[in-house]
Amino acid sequence: MIFETVLITALCILLLAILANLYRVVKGPSSADRVIALDSVGINLIASIAVFSVLLHTHAFFDLILLIGILSFIGTIAFARFIERGVVIERKR
Amino acid sequence: MIGEWLIGILIVLGAVVCVISVFGLIRLPDVYLRSHAATKSATMGVLFILFGGFLYFWLFENHISIKLLLGIVFVFITSPVAGHLNGRAAYRSGVSLWKGSVQDDLKAERKRVKGQAGEKSGSV
Repeated sequence: MIFETVLITALCILLLAILANLYRVVKGPSSADRVIALDSVGINLIASIAVFSVLLHTHAFFDLILLIGILSFIGTIAFARFIERGVVIERKR
Repeated sequence: MIGEWLIGILIVLGAVVCVISVFGLIRLPDVYLRSHAATKSATMGVLFILFGGFLYFWLFENHISIKLLLGIVFVFITSPVAGHLNGRAAYRSGVSLWKGSVQDDLKAERKRVKGQAGEKSGSV
């Protein structure tokens, strides 16, 4: 009982973190700020999926942790290349 | 019993480190300082939480999860790389530093390299 309360408290703290990240996504002056904040949202989503799978006593969601990690990394790299050079995939000359 | 205490402390500690990193992301004045806050401590928080989940499934359900270990290793490797690429993209696209920062070595180095290239093309 105490254990479930602790897990739900951790989920509420992670929700606060995601909402504060969304504040930076809306307000951030440059686009690199927004990309950093969205990457941080992905990291917090991974953490909350881990807490949910402990709370529901199931290990069906572990694929989702790996998947969101990989997708967040690829998206951040694509946005960084786009900000830096203007294209994501360069054409061979 | 002691396992539940340990896992609860790990998970709450991870969540608190995540929220500290987010307050750094809101309050710091510059892209590079914000990237410093977000990358390091969010990675640390998610590693605490994933390790707590791994210990839970190992102790109470006798299930050693390779996927969770792979997730820990993957986040630990890729999150600093993403922060580095993002900071470099911000610098090259001309986002200025905070006005209170005192040293910018990369600016002098880039100016020197550009001067050398211009000189060479001018002489040839």
